Parts: sequence; structure tokens; C-alpha cells
Amino acid sequence: MLLIKCPYCEEERPELEFRNAGEAHLVRANPIIEQSDDDFAGFLYFRQNPKGLQFERWRHIHGCGRFFNAVRDSVSDKFLTVYKAGEPRPDLNTLLSPVAAEPEPPATKRTRAKKVEV
Amino acid sequence: MSTANHSGSNRIPGAGRLTPAKTVRFTFDGQSLTGLEGDTLASALLANGIHLVGRSFKYHRPRGILSAGSEEPNALVDIERDKSRKQPNVRATVQEIYDGLKVKSQNRWPSLTFDIGAINDVFSPMLPAGFYYKTFMWPKFAWKTIYEPKIRAAAGLGVVPGEPDTDRYSNRFAHCDLLVVGAGAAGLTAALSAASTGANVIICDEQAEPGGALRYESDVIIDGVQGYEWAAAAIAKLRAMNNVTVLTRTTAFGYYAQNFVGLVERISDHLSNPASDMPRERLWQIRAKKVVLATGAIERQMVFANNDRPGVMLASAARIFLNQYGVAIGRKVGVYTSNDSAYAAAIDLKRAGIDVPVIVDTRDNPTPAVVDAARSLDIEVLTGHAVFSAGGKRRVSSISIQRTRGGSERKVAVDALIMSGGWTPSVHLFSQSRGKVAWDAANERFLPGTYAQECVSIGACNGTDGLQATLDEAFAAGGGKGKAIVATGGTNWIGGMIGSAPGAGADTTVKAFVDFQNDVTAKDVRLAVREGMHSIEHVKRFTTNGMATDQGKTSNLHGLAIAAEALNRPIPAVGLTTFRAPFTPVTFGAIVNHARHDLFDPTRRTPVHGWHQTQGAAFEDVGQWKRAWYYPQAGEDMHTAVNRECVAVRNQAGIFDASTLGKIEVVGPDSAKFLGLLYTNPWEKLGVGRLRYGIMLREDGFIYDDGVVGRLAEDRFHVTTTTGGAPRVMHHMEDYLQTEFPHLDVWLTSTTEQWAVIAVQGPKAREIIAPLVEGIDMSNEAMPHMSVREGKICGVPTRLFRMSFTGETGYEINVPSDYGRAVWEAVYERGKPLGLTPYGTEAMHILRAEKGYIIVGQDTDGTVTPQDAGLTWAIGKNKTDYVGIRGLLRRDLVANGRKQLVGLKTVDPTTILEEGAQIVANPHQPVPMTMIGHVTSSYWSENCGRSIALALVIDGSKRLGETLYVPMPNGVIEVEVTGTVFFDEKGERLNG
Amino acid sequence: MVEIVQATRRHPLQAGQLDVASVSVTLADNATRVSLRAKDNAVSALSKALGVTLPMKPKTTATNGGRAALWIGPDEWLIIDNAESGVIADLAKAKVLHSAVDISHRNVGIIVNGRGAAAVVNGGCPQDLSLKAFPMGAASRTVLGKIEIVLWRTGEDAFRVECWRSFSNYAYAFLQESARDVAI
Repeated sequence: MLLIKCPYCEEERPELEFRNAGEAHLVRANPIIEQSDDDFAGFLYFRQNPKGLQFERWRHIHGCGRFFNAVRDSVSDKFLTVYKAGEPRPDLNTLLSPVAAEPEPPATKRTRAKKVEV
Repeated sequence: MSTANHSGSNRIPGAGRLTPAKTVRFTFDGQSLTGLEGDTLASALLANGIHLVGRSFKYHRPRGILSAGSEEPNALVDIERDKSRKQPNVRATVQEIYDGLKVKSQNRWPSLTFDIGAINDVFSPMLPAGFYYKTFMWPKFAWKTIYEPKIRAAAGLGVVPGEPDTDRYSNRFAHCDLLVVGAGAAGLTAALSAASTGANVIICDEQAEPGGALRYESDVIIDGVQGYEWAAAAIAKLRAMNNVTVLTRTTAFGYYAQNFVGLVERISDHLSNPASDMPRERLWQIRAKKVVLATGAIERQMVFANNDRPGVMLASAARIFLNQYGVAIGRKVGVYTSNDSAYAAAIDLKRAGIDVPVIVDTRDNPTPAVVDAARSLDIEVLTGHAVFSAGGKRRVSSISIQRTRGGSERKVAVDALIMSGGWTPSVHLFSQSRGKVAWDAANERFLPGTYAQECVSIGACNGTDGLQATLDEAFAAGGGKGKAIVATGGTNWIGGMIGSAPGAGADTTVKAFVDFQNDVTAKDVRLAVREGMHSIEHVKRFTTNGMATDQGKTSNLHGLAIAAEALNRPIPAVGLTTFRAPFTPVTFGAIVNHARHDLFDPTRRTPVHGWHQTQGAAFEDVGQWKRAWYYPQAGEDMHTAVNRECVAVRNQAGIFDASTLGKIEVVGPDSAKFLGLLYTNPWEKLGVGRLRYGIMLREDGFIYDDGVVGRLAEDRFHVTTTTGGAPRVMHHMEDYLQTEFPHLDVWLTSTTEQWAVIAVQGPKAREIIAPLVEGIDMSNEAMPHMSVREGKICGVPTRLFRMSFTGETGYEINVPSDYGRAVWEAVYERGKPLGLTPYGTEAMHILRAEKGYIIVGQDTDGTVTPQDAGLTWAIGKNKTDYVGIRGLLRRDLVANGRKQLVGLKTVDPTTILEEGAQIVANPHQPVPMTMIGHVTSSYWSENCGRSIALALVIDGSKRLGETLYVPMPNGVIEVEVTGTVFFDEKGERLNG
Repeated sequence: MVEIVQATRRHPLQAGQLDVASVSVTLADNATRVSLRAKDNAVSALSKALGVTLPMKPKTTATNGGRAALWIGPDEWLIIDNAESGVIADLAKAKVLHSAVDISHRNVGIIVNGRGAAAVVNGGCPQDLSLKAFPMGAASRTVLGKIEIVLWRTGEDAFRVECWRSFSNYAYAFLQESARDVAI
């Protein structure tokens, strides 16, 4: 069970209180009625689903009830950041740089074993 | 087998830590035995001289006790308190005995000592790894009907219980600064260190007694006291601290994201008569800021011929049985080792008066000090030698010894053999935490490499050798200040061998077991490589090595080394299996914990539920709700009761509990604008006090929900949703309000459960209700169809809706829920003399179908537009935006050939169609026929005197009057396409 | 002429006796409950009208006498007062934009009181209920087993659990079951 920081409650809460709400930053056209078939299809059906960092929506449905956005690594499940609905999409390079600056884990002389997923 | 007396003939007076006076009686395969309080089943059986405990999975070979811990692959038994509290595959080395414990051996017939299935062992040359994949190919049907059931009966271990488990299980979420897994020297030191800083600490250990290896180490001195005594004092100190939780008999089985660790605490499995309130197990779901893994190391067996004979066991196990339980595993015990640690076991046994004829060491030059220590006790030490076979069937009787480079054979009589292939650091939880292991080539072991979480491994599981180094590391991990604890003595964890020992070589046909639980031999692993399996994951699946419930705790490294040798590749290149949760098997009970019986899922009842019960109503499950389905009177079946209810509503009046309908209060100056964006209908001009039926779409244009919406004030609406749709409609509305239309001043509040809703429908509805109502003019003129008024009924506040889901004059009385029952009863008492009849959901469904009113989810299925459902009138023509407006313009949604809702009348009025039945235009076409639609709703309508149905049919609205066909298994049913309204087509009764 | 019979209240739960001495699970009295929604700029006027300063910090509450305001979300408070209280009328006196919806009958209150009360709630609630993380007066919407609740710590060893009425059977049974476990 993940811990997710709610930007409104300003603390980490258990995943059980949250509901994922799909990809973030999809733009509902205005006026939507004039949107082309292709653009509307993209809005309705096509999603990024990347392996790695993804922008996604969550709702703290069993908490404060608010929708918010998050950047999460779909491989490690780690959240890089969360931000309120309506706030701009954070820049990934800025987000990633402090991580890159972090010291490596304690050095080890051991060679790394090939790992097999089962 | 020796007979039992007192606590067992092999109990050594003065040895061990159990109290001789506290005896416990238990049975094994019906034989009555005695042990001591604190014994595991394994130690108690061994005390009674019983080594043969079970039969193996595939070959039905006699099996004994390999270990003294949770890694046990052999000694699996069936424990039965009663028929419903029965557990197969219990490890005898984990189960503690209690008075009255009933134990049965497994996988044997007719008896443990004489087992027909053992013929598999004789035929074993025909049963190599993967044999059933190749053998039982033909005929194809026979796999399911003959081969698989037979194989499953012949192979396998315990038998699943046949009755529901009556035990209780519980759950606890907990948070801590530090979780320490393992209460050996390392774990205890880390916990003490952390606790001294005031940190909130949880320490768990799977054993009943803390201490880990200190339970058997005989030469350890910590802080000036004997190791085990130090451990006992340490745990007592920790227990006394407010900031520490000590959990014994508790296994950390799963390590998940963000330091979320699953523990199972076994609460009553060791008790003779657990209190009925007492849970059997408690699941702990722990979130730790930091995790300290002090999980120790697991001793490996030596891989040689017949290394599975009962009486052959791990050296450390023999030491625990002796030093903790005071049990001698034999009277003449041989030793086979490839590292130093087994010498300490040999010396402990010898000092306890047990004959240790020989130590066979594969190494040419073992550490001189340990050899000298053994020889000084007159134990013969053979270096550069191997045990290449164990003799005996149901108990080891001899060992055959040879130089590792070959030569003459020597046979030594023994009644037990202890062995040590070295120690495998227990990196299971570390690996589960997504940490990456690293290969320590010098010592041939995998160790924690790169950490993925806030976690640290200490002691033997980290490859830290030497007790002092371990304690120093543990103290630092706990973050304590001051000086670390001083210690001497302890096992040397390094050294040993992996893979097959001399004598289990490539040419042999013998059985040198790698995986005891799944009966995998060294030969099987080599065969897998010969058959082309080059990756450890393929070898693992082909041989099933490491795939039993013990997860290969003793076998993984051996299997890997044998495969690597056969492939002539280095071990890290062949790979290591990633360890998965659970570390040891976890009961479904623990996982389910409280969620059983009434707590399996919430059962939602309306405020009027009790009344329905008193009337003998049958109930229908609608989501989590219980709804009154129909009210059978004496002698009535469902059909009769429902017919009576339907007729009563149309002729007099009916009363119906509609409390489950979803309700949302929409408040704020932009409410009408907001509803306009969420529903297809226009709302701005809806007058205060008026109602409107609304349709909600998804963005794709398909119907999502429907309901009646009332305007209570300029800035306040009372929205209703379908029963099942209430939560998702609320979520959907909040989503748009918060993320698409946040500029609107609107708030949404769920009021589903604030209001009990009593529907009174029928020509006499007004006459029945009016006298109970105050402050509302209910005349047709003042309160027409589709209006809402606020006032009082029976002296309590009400929102009175004039609306109808039956086609009759009708009202829905909303009152605060706690008043629902009383108001219902008052209305019923008032209406009963006038023919007021309670009706349930079945009659409601029929009455609405007679009027062609749809039910979202029954007559729609997520691919139906308002136009398809004949609800074009509900779309605001001049609107420029609402959710779904663009979707409705999609080419496929406006194209011809869409399925549209129509009525169907069977040519024979007594025939009732099946809901879901397919419809064709021509019943004479060849199969598969072209299906042009399906029946969505179908009933007997007593009011119409015939069956009625609704259906979705391609171009249905153009087919009115056409004859279509419904092919069924027993004939084709002819139907006429009609409009969707079957009763009171003009709708005159609504305004009565 | 039909005589109007005054309708009487019926609570959805019948109180059962829990045979555990150390910690009790009991029903709260009937109460007035209002879901209050408003933007920041209306808070001071509403606080004045209510007589309770609406808390603005997540997971906090404010009380004045028997009247309490629980922070639920950034624009949402749960107001709890005794059954006869005129909360909505009081709020209406503040002539500022807000939404006040009566949910007195929607919710049921359950009191968990006694040694180990936090552990009882933690039988099904995944939040950290240590006094450090969830101090006296803290409140939050969260989950208990399979249902949603509002949890309010009214004392070191006392919690008020609010849930929707049709879930109250479940919540009550769950908390009793958990209390039995904690009492062992």
C-alpha cells in the first residue's frame, strides 16, 4: 500500500483513502462542440501510459475529497511530486535534478547479480 | 520406533530450557505421546524417538525432520482441532504442542510406515522432472478427466479442510519509527539501541522464544552473561518499555512499497483451549520509517545420495533440539560438513554424552582450531572425505564414507547424521523490498547490494561475520548513543559449499535431494540443463525446484550452483530468483481477517427495513442495499404476489420504499448552470418548486445515469440518482466541478441517507396522504405533476415530490431518515382501508416497464445514447455545452443502423421472453444467425393481461409493426415490434 | 377527519452490550450535523455567526461549548452540535456565500472510549493514530475496513466515529470485533 501526499491535507496518507483518476492534463476543448473528430478521439481515448514518469490524477476521495495531480514513476511506484488541480505541469528536468544530485547508496564491492523476474 | 515415556526417551536430563514438570499430551497418527510445555512438535517427536514424520511429494519417500525452523521442507503434518479448524501442511518445527494436540502425517496410504505410493520411488527412473509434460499427451481429453486428477491424488501433500473455518482472525494497522525483523543478537541489539533514543520500535520474531541463534549457541557471552540469558533479559527490558512493541510468534512475511511490511502474529495455535474471543492470528500492517532486517542465515544441507533419510538433519537443528529442548536426535550421530559451524554442534552433542563417531569434512584443510577441539574430545575427524550415501529406509542406519577424490569405501553405523553445507544469508525480505542482491564470490553467497527503501540489513543476513561485528553493526543501525555491547563466541557463518557434494556427481543415478519438499534431485537439475533450460527461471519451472511452500529456503542456492556447473557459467550469470511474498505461507484467514460473515461487506438497510421484515417481505440485493422485492401473503408465490401488487397500484394505491435512491443537494448561485453542464436537459428556466427528469451522459455521449431533479430555491436543487449510481454520479460531478468548471460557485453534498423516501402511487395517493400533510396545498392546480413542496407530514419536515415512476398519480415523501419508519407506518395505517398496498422492486420494475420508463443499466448498457433510448426530448436543443454534447456528434452515434429501444409483444400473449435473448429478422437463416438486437426487460403484465418486453433493436424505431423472431433452444418465438408504452399511452393518469 | 400522529425518531442501531471492560464502543446521542461549504473569504463571517472559529488547518477541529467544527477539506467543515441546535439558522445570519446542508440523519456517531481505543480504530483504519500524528482534537475523513468514516479524537483514549447511517451496523460491529481483539 502506497503512501500518497495530499497537497490539500499537506501530509502523506494511506493509499486506501485515494482513488486514481487517470492521466492528468487532458484538455477539454472549449468550445468542445467544434473539436475535430481526431482531436476529440485523442481526448476521449488515447493515453500515454508510459513506462517511467507519468502525470496522473488522484482524488483523496476518502479524505478531503479533492482532486489533485501527481508525477509518479510507473516502474518504482515512487511519487516525485504532487500538486493541486489547476496548477501548471511541473518541469521534469527540475524535478529530476535534485534526485540526480543525491549521493549514491553506500558503495559496495560486490558485483551485482543478474536478477530474474519471476 | 521407540515407545514414549514421560516426555520422551531421548530427553537428556539437565539439558535444554524446558521445565520437566510441565508435561503435555498429544497424539501423532493416533499414538498418544508426551512432550514438555514449550516443545515444538518436532522436538517432542524427536524426544520420543520419532524421526519418520511424513512421505514426500512425488516419490512418497519416508521423510523426517530437516531443520528446527520455518525453512522446514519435510516435516509437514496435518493439525486438527475439529472438523472446521483443520490445517494441512503445518511445519512440525514451527507448531508448538499443547494438551490434546492431534497430529496426522500426510501423503501416505494406508499408513506412514507402509505406503503404497512409495512404488513411485521404485519407478522413479520413469518419473524424471517434466515427465508429465511429455507422457500424458494422448488422448487429449484424458488429461482433464484421468491423468491430472490421478497425478494430483498421487502427488501432493496435505488435504484441504472440507468445512468453513470457524476461527477468528484480526487486523491491526500500526506505525513505528523502527521495525526490527528478527530478535536474535543483532535484532535485539538494534531494538535496544533504538529504544534508548525514545524511538517508537516494533520488534518481531517468528519463534516463540527470542534469541535466534543464541537459542543454541553454547559458547556466547554477551555483556558478561550467557547468550540466551542475555537475550531473555533483553526482551524483558524491551517489553517493559512504553515505546517498544514486542511481537513473538510473528512472521514478517511481506515487504511492500514505502516500508509497508505485513506481519502475521500466531496468537492461539499453541494454546490448548483458546478463548472463543481470541483470534487465531492477527495480521499486522506496519508502516515503518525505517526497517532493520536481522533475519539471520539459513543452514543448507549437503547434497548427497539419500540425504533425505529420516534422521539426517541440519547441524544447527540438532543443536537447537539439544540446547533449547534438551532432546538428543540420536545416540550415535555422524557429522558431515563443509564448514566450521558443524563442529560446534558435534562438540555440544559429544559433551551431552552422545556418541559422535566421526566428522566427515569435505575440506582438505579445515580450520585447525575446530579440528583440534573435536579431536580433543575423541571425535574422529576425516578431512578431504565425503559421505556419498546414507543407508537405511525409514531411519538412517549408516553412512558410507569415501575420500573426495575416490578410493575405498568405509561404512559407519549411525542412527542420525547432522550436516552443514554452510549458511545462506536470509535476504528474502530485502529482495522483496526491491533491493538488489549482490554476489559475494569469495564466500559464494548473495548479500544485500543496492537498497530501494529506508532499510538496513544487519548481522548474518548481511553477511557480517563475527558476533562482535554484528552487535556493533546492530547498535549503529538502532541509532543509539554510547558504547556498543561486548560479546565473545558465536558461529562462523562463512565457508561451506553449494551444489552437489562428491558422490552426487553427474554420472550417478542416485537421489541426492536439492529440494526436499518438491522432490527435486541434483540429477533433475542437470537434466533440465540438458533439455535446454539455460536460465534459472526455466530450470526452476521445469524441475519445480524452489517452488514449494518453503520457497526453496534450503534449495535455491544448491539448484543454482548445479545449473551453473552444468552450464559452465558463473553463478551470477545464471541468475537468482527474485524472492516474492510471502516469506512463509500465510493463511487466507489472516489476509481476510475481520472481513468475514457480517463484516464481509457492509449490508445497507433502509430506515423502513424493519417494517418490511414484519410484513414478511422477500428482499433483493441491489449493490450493498437490501430492498423489499415483494410482499407475499399467505399462500402466494412470487408471481401471484407481484401481480396483486401491480394491480393494486393502478386501481387503488401502492406504497414503496425508495429510500435507496441517490440524492445530492446542489447549492450555490451557479447551480442551474452547473446542472446544465452535467445533464443534457436545460435547467436555467426550471421554476422553483418544479421537477424535471434529467439524463446524464459521459463525455462519449452514452447514458451514464438518470433521475428527477427538483428546484427548491434559485440556488438549491435536490438531485436524485439511480440506487447503484449514487457514488459514481457524485464522483463524476465532483470531478467536473473541481477540475473543469472550478469557476462555478456550487457545492455538492450527498444526502442519500439524510432522507427516507416513501413513494405513494396510484389513483388514491392524494386522498391517502393529504390529511397527514400540513402547510402544502396538494390540489392538482397548486401542486401539479412534477412539482415539489416543503412542509410537514406527521408533524415532521418533508420535501414532498409529486412525481411518478409508475404512470399513476404519485408522490414521493422525503422525511429525515429517523422518522422514515414512523411516517411510513402512519401513511400505511391511513391508506390501508383505502386499499393501499405495499409493493416491492419487482412490481416497481413491471409498472415502469408498462409505461416504457427505462432503467439505466438494464435497458441501457453503456453504449446507448438518449436518441437510442427514445429520449431525444430530454436534450436541450439550444445548449452549446454539456458533458457528452461532442460525443453525441460522433459519426457512429448519428449513423443509421444503431440499436434503438422498442417494445415487443409476443404473438402468443402468454409467452414471456427471456431478458438477454437475441432477436433475428429471419429465423430460417443458417446458424450462426445475424442478430439484430436483444431483449432488455421482459415481464408478465397483469394490468395489460399479457407479456410485455423492451428491446434494443437495430433501426428499431423504423420497424414498428414488423414481426421479428427470438430463437430459443425449444423453438422460435414470434414477436411484434411496438412502441415502448404498453399502458395508458396518453399518460392521462399522471394528472389525476 | 384524520388525526395526524406525530412521527417519532428511530435510531438505525440497537445498542448491544460489549463484554469488554477496558474499552467501550457505544452509540453517540442524536446530534445536529451540518455539512458546511464555503470559500476562504466567507470564513470569518461564518465563524462569527456560528460562534466557532472554523479551523483552516487540515485535520484540526474547533469547539465552543457543545458545538464543534471539524475541518474535512479545504472548503468543507462538518458541524456537530446537540440535537436541538439551530446551526443552519445561525449560519444563515452570515450574509455570505456558503452551502449549509442538514445531514443530521445521514450520519450516526459511535464513541470508542478506553484503554487501547486507538488500537480498536486501527483494526480497520490505516492512519497513524499516535498522539504525535493524530493529537487530541484531530479529525479526518478516512476509512474503517470497507467503509468511509469521519474520525475525531476527543480524548487521549476517546474517538468519535461518524459514518453514514446504513453503514452504522457495519461500523458498530467492526469496532466491537476490533475491541474484543484489543482487549485480549
